[in-house]
Amino acid sequence: MTATEPEAEVVADGVPVTIDGVEILANKGELLIAAAERHGVYIPRFCYHPRMKPVGMCRMCLVEVDTGRGPGLQPSCMLPVSDGMTVLTESDVTKKAQDGVLEFLLINHPLDCPVCDKGGECPLQDQTMAFGPGESRFVEEKRHFKKPIPISDIVYLDRERCILCDRCTRFASEVAGDPLIHFQARGNQTEVNTFPDEPFSSYFSGNTVQICPVGALTAKPYRFKARPWDLSEIASTATLDAVGSRITVQSSRNQVLRYLGVDSDPVNWGWLSDKERFSFEAWNSDARLTQPLLRGDSLGNPTDEGDQLVAGSWALALTKVAEALDGVEPERIAVFGGARMTNEGQYAWAKLIKSVLRTDNVDAQLGDGAGGKALLSLPRTTIDAACTPGGTVVVLGADPKETHGSLFLRLRHAAENDGASIIEIAPRSSGLAPYATSSLYPVPGELDQLVDALGDPFGDAAGVDGDDIAAVSERLRNEESFTVVVGSGSLGDSPAVIERAVLRMAALFPNASFLPALHRGNVMGALDMGLAPGLLPGRQAVGPEAPGTWANTPAMEGLDTTAMLHLAEEGGIDVAILLGCDPLTDFPDAGLAERGFNKVSHLVAVDSLLNFTSTGADIVFPAAASATEVDGTFTNIEGRLSPISRKVTPPGTARADWMIAVEIAAQLGVDLGFIDIDELWADLAAASPLHSGVALGDVMAADTDGVLLTGTSIDSVEPPAVDVPNSSDLRLVVTRKMYDEGTILTHCPSLNQLAAGASASVNPTHFSALGFSEGDEVKVTSQSGSVTVPVISDPGVPAGAVAIEFNQPNASAASLLDSARTVTTVSLERVS
Amino acid sequence: MSTGEYVPHAPGYVDSPGTKMVTSRFGYEDSYTLERSLATGGYEGLKAALAQAPDACHGITRDATVLGRGGAGFPAGIKWGFCPAEVWPRYLVVNGDESEPGTYKDRLLMERDPHQLIEGCLIACYAIGLSQCFLYVRGEMAIAQQRLADALNEAYEAGYIGKNILGTDFSVDIILHWGAGAYIVGEETALIESLEGNRGMPRLKPPFFPAAVGLYGQPTIVNNVETLANLPWLMVNGADAYKEHGSETSPGTRMFAVSGHVKRPGVYEVEQGITTYEDLIYGDDYCQGIRDGHELKMFIPGGGSAPWLFPEHVSLPLEARPVGAAGTMLGSGAIVIMDDSTDAVKACLRVVRFFARESCGKCAPCREGTSWEEKILQRILDGNGRPEDIDLLLDVADNISPGPYPVASDESQGLEAVPFPPRQTTICPLGPSSVAPITSAIRRFRHEFDAKISGVPVEVGS
Amino acid sequence: MSRLTDANVALAREMIARYPRPKSALIPLLHLAQEQEGWVSDDAMAHLAELVGVTAAEVRGTCTFYEMFKLHPVGTYMVNVCTNISCQLLGGEELLHHAEEALGIRPGGTTEDGLFTLEDVECIAACTEAPCMQVNYRYGLRLSTDDFDQIIADLRAGRHPQGLVTANPGEPIPSHGTLGLTRQQTGESKMAGVLPPEQVNEAPVWLNANATEDAS
Ligand SMILES: Cc1cc2nc3c(=O)[nH]c(=O)nc-3n(C[C@H](O)[C@H](O)[C@H](O)COP(=O)(O)O)c2cc1C
Ligand code: SF4
Ligand code: FES
Repeated sequence: MTATEPEAEVVADGVPVTIDGVEILANKGELLIAAAERHGVYIPRFCYHPRMKPVGMCRMCLVEVDTGRGPGLQPSCMLPVSDGMTVLTESDVTKKAQDGVLEFLLINHPLDCPVCDKGGECPLQDQTMAFGPGESRFVEEKRHFKKPIPISDIVYLDRERCILCDRCTRFASEVAGDPLIHFQARGNQTEVNTFPDEPFSSYFSGNTVQICPVGALTAKPYRFKARPWDLSEIASTATLDAVGSRITVQSSRNQVLRYLGVDSDPVNWGWLSDKERFSFEAWNSDARLTQPLLRGDSLGNPTDEGDQLVAGSWALALTKVAEALDGVEPERIAVFGGARMTNEGQYAWAKLIKSVLRTDNVDAQLGDGAGGKALLSLPRTTIDAACTPGGTVVVLGADPKETHGSLFLRLRHAAENDGASIIEIAPRSSGLAPYATSSLYPVPGELDQLVDALGDPFGDAAGVDGDDIAAVSERLRNEESFTVVVGSGSLGDSPAVIERAVLRMAALFPNASFLPALHRGNVMGALDMGLAPGLLPGRQAVGPEAPGTWANTPAMEGLDTTAMLHLAEEGGIDVAILLGCDPLTDFPDAGLAERGFNKVSHLVAVDSLLNFTSTGADIVFPAAASATEVDGTFTNIEGRLSPISRKVTPPGTARADWMIAVEIAAQLGVDLGFIDIDELWADLAAASPLHSGVALGDVMAADTDGVLLTGTSIDSVEPPAVDVPNSSDLRLVVTRKMYDEGTILTHCPSLNQLAAGASASVNPTHFSALGFSEGDEVKVTSQSGSVTVPVISDPGVPAGAVAIEFNQPNASAASLLDSARTVTTVSLERVS
Repeated sequence: MSTGEYVPHAPGYVDSPGTKMVTSRFGYEDSYTLERSLATGGYEGLKAALAQAPDACHGITRDATVLGRGGAGFPAGIKWGFCPAEVWPRYLVVNGDESEPGTYKDRLLMERDPHQLIEGCLIACYAIGLSQCFLYVRGEMAIAQQRLADALNEAYEAGYIGKNILGTDFSVDIILHWGAGAYIVGEETALIESLEGNRGMPRLKPPFFPAAVGLYGQPTIVNNVETLANLPWLMVNGADAYKEHGSETSPGTRMFAVSGHVKRPGVYEVEQGITTYEDLIYGDDYCQGIRDGHELKMFIPGGGSAPWLFPEHVSLPLEARPVGAAGTMLGSGAIVIMDDSTDAVKACLRVVRFFARESCGKCAPCREGTSWEEKILQRILDGNGRPEDIDLLLDVADNISPGPYPVASDESQGLEAVPFPPRQTTICPLGPSSVAPITSAIRRFRHEFDAKISGVPVEVGS
Repeated sequence: MSRLTDANVALAREMIARYPRPKSALIPLLHLAQEQEGWVSDDAMAHLAELVGVTAAEVRGTCTFYEMFKLHPVGTYMVNVCTNISCQLLGGEELLHHAEEALGIRPGGTTEDGLFTLEDVECIAACTEAPCMQVNYRYGLRLSTDDFDQIIADLRAGRHPQGLVTANPGEPIPSHGTLGLTRQQTGESKMAGVLPPEQVNEAPVWLNANATEDAS
């Protein structure tokens, strides 16, 4: 457990400070405002924010301070504590100054609290009610600006309400690194604004709305939706990506209206990506599944609907599932997905699949990244350890800015403020490139060869300059320890490439530990619960000598997604089960997925929203949204367990995933052994040595940083063999963007227009050699298919490669890919 | 007119008796050329400096007690010593942003004798190891920029700037930089922000002053143009000679711009500390008194930021300490004389309006308060004042600068002076400066405010 | 309306090279853009953002802080009349009123022929020569209304206005945007050398070589 009150430490370098007559011990270097607050004295403030550099703009935090040279007014947000300092936060001088500041902030502030989104939770309003002057002494006309202007697709700015605290603008430049909003003009005319026609299109824009102390910044999804006093809230964890950012979920009348980031010290520091923050919109969608759906022609008595999906009862759906599974060989069952579920849903399903259906053909990763067993064999670390001041982080085949927003902000902060060095080894330049001390971009399919070369530099490798390799190699060898953030690599490479790369990294550098930045929310939970071939709960391997308490587990390791689809293609799968996933659009070989699913006899889906793949299912079970409609737990990339809290009731008859598993098992005549999550945890603790010492109550306790799982890992895994590609054709790089055509995003009205579209990016050397000019449309053709996209010159793409973004509205890169190959080669042809 | 001849030339500058440490070339029409400079002892100070060890030059500056001429009057030699040891590089930033109302001397120094300034910069860089110098000239001073550009080009060409200056291992670059219209950029931390390409908003100083953490976070000396212009004379003549002029705590000479209702307004170089306001205002060699038919009503003794003084205060010497004790400041050496025809409310509004227009907008009390003050004063002047407005004005002022605000004594009312400096709720003194004219004018001429509010006309007079 | 010309880009790069960090050149570069165009357009700001490696919003943030940068086209001549205290005492406001009438515009306005833009400005450091003004930052000192009219008439007629002080006698009054008529011409070859601060960790050579005692 990582609680944050090392009381002893405070005493160790304690600085005695007297606040209102009471002596406290402050931390050395701590700002007075923070020291006072930790000791229960709240000094009012507007511009100060503990996660950003103080600016001392609003002057609200003025207090009388005496450091030996007589009392004087000082901004407590800018003043580090010093030995023997005496502070008066309630004196007449302090009060007069603070009241004066409040009045100054109010003279030009509109009195529209009754219609302001912030009304009821506004520090300016609160201060005014508590201490402010009754009547305004300002008889002049207030400053006028055009009322709310959109500064991005999501955020509106009302400059009349703005008190110029510099929080949003500081966030944009200091935290997000997107200084697209800025102070403009001067003095009394100062305003926050964007450059004309250059909106504040930051992945992190929603944070500014959260930290705006007044109602100047509002977010489209929340504007005029509720009043703070109508809201109730609960602490939870964001589930869209694997960082496990801590949030508060707020709802009114059984509808979630807002997520707020919670300042969890070891995880997200209060920040969220916009994708995470506004993803709740999807769960409010009218498209939510509310009843089981059954395909008309499988119902026995065909209706007018013919072969359409029609609503049916749970009883019928369960009967139909049992019928479909009846007598099917375990090897002929395939289960896809599961990463969107809570740990509890994953555990129940893993038990159903592995101990009742007795198949090991289950894969939550859908072809993204190194295999589960490989990842669980790596020494794990924490985000805090990765961000150690002065430390070194290797970002291997990952682009946290696109896929793990709050992790990106932590890494960026470490690089920008804490002297951490980022070494980027990526299929194309990532969002961390501007902050990286070295960037190595190997040609597609040869990432593993580059890693080999880091262990033993012998000159150029994988298209990367030998001197650069030698320099990085030397640096890594000399580090006492460093962190590798390992991602999915290029989806254009066979997953064996990234798997071999990361396993070689671990073998070559015993001083490395790892953070697996995999795609999809609770994917680490899925691996820990066994929703992957070869795995049982608690990072244990399937096999003849598998320990644990489950009966009848498979003796042999099963298939991953690619293998399952190949088997299906050959007619070897009778029943396929989709656990909240959409392989037809999300698996990086669209052709294979389509051929495979065409041959499956029975397709069963468990999901909250229909998607492209599940539209073709025979039976669909409506699932409660794991984000806000169930109680449970989440496991993040560190292995940190944190609570997911039910805030609203699921629509219709939708149920928690784990309950669906329990009911299917019951229908098959098996008792999974639990009927609530406490019982489920008891079962888990018995099956998983990793979880055996953890009390569910500790995880659910909202005020902790969660529980960090440590210990057990899979024995070392042999790096897979990788066919060395030797084609000189252009090779394809495929990477994910934050905004794509994913199912959840398409159901978020505020986010579903934000996918920028795919383009073909090529290194400038090829760009001109191929005779392209900016904006040309090109047809990218592989053995599997072709797409037509604009072409872009980009020095961040290695020579000899073409980079395309995955799952974009204008192009499906998956249709180009062939998972049987190490790399996909393509040709480019101008069409305009 | 022969350019070699010494004729009182520069507009604004008035030659007067006494030693000229910084204006000695002003009388030459070609004073700004390298040729004239060299013919009249130019760069001799640099040579004298290079003949000694750097720290010896620092020592001379410290011994001479060269007070800063930018306003705060801090001794340059001591400021230089605040650079933390072993933190490199260090920079020199020359404050040529001169914008304080009434202030007019740095522009003359830059336009009339750019080489003297360049020489001063070189000496400072040599003395304490400043490896690059930025000459930040006020944006509106196009002629000064042109003269400095020409002078820098000449001096680079002649080997006074750049690599291995005059064959020594001393190498430094001087870069001409210029602003774009913002008074606040004269404040040293705002100047640094501006030089970094940012909005000129002051940084909070403690715990770090620019000498420790300045430009790009490096140790940075910010000195006023006139301060640096003193160094060539000092290096040639030495600290003892320097201290023979002026008073003990304020050695040397200083340039004062006397404007307003005097017979011969102008910029004068006089010895500090021993010359008085009276000498300057009434002396035959100086301003020769108030214009005919009028009497002195009040005067601004040190730039728009300074609380006002009145006829009974003219005997004060031009020296920081006594002026500070009298409730105001010597500031930037800008003296604005107002005779009995002056409307106190109008003058007060004009100065306040300046601060309202020039607030950078960072601190709420300054951003909102100075405009509010301006609005109230405008209302009073326009005849729309309310009786409570005077107290409101004073209270708004008090919330920008918690009183008692520095103000001169007023024997007629039996009131003591409140010594300088003011207290502030803001980062920099700009906001609090707006209070100076308000408290000064209301204390002395409340009846003029009352009259405007009540609508009963009153004779404007002292 | 436009980006910097190729010649100005070359000049811009030379200026940028004089600073340890590119963004430091921003204000001089904004002047360069204003010199080219007479005002600072969005395109120019976007171009400068590219040249110094910041966002256009940051360039605009800096640009709009400073009074001299005009975000809309202005007259060929900026007529800036000082009304601050020293000038006010000696007729600055009256001069401004006269200018308003003579030009037929209010402060901030531009004459229909596009020749003059009038502004009411703060102290321009010529206080002893009140009342005064600047035309494109060249001083007119101790001005009577007749002096003012003469200067305007001269400019209208394309004559050199005797009433304005220039760096060298008879020098032309350039159109708005151009400040000094000559520039610093310090190219890299002449310079001692500029390094980003993080690349300098040692005292300059002359300091240690010549030290007599512990410096500072
Ligand atoms: C609002 C404000 C404006 C200032 N303007 C100027 C100025 O125009 N020129 C100047 O030299 N100093 C100005 N100063 C003083 C500078 O901050 C700084 O003290 C000075 O440049 C230091 O140089 P010195 O020590 O040589 O005097 C100003 C200070 C403030 C607070
Ligand atoms: S006091 Fe005024 S000018 Fe000074 S920093 Fe604050 S807002 Fe800016
Ligand atoms: S909170 Fe300290 S100045 Fe704003």
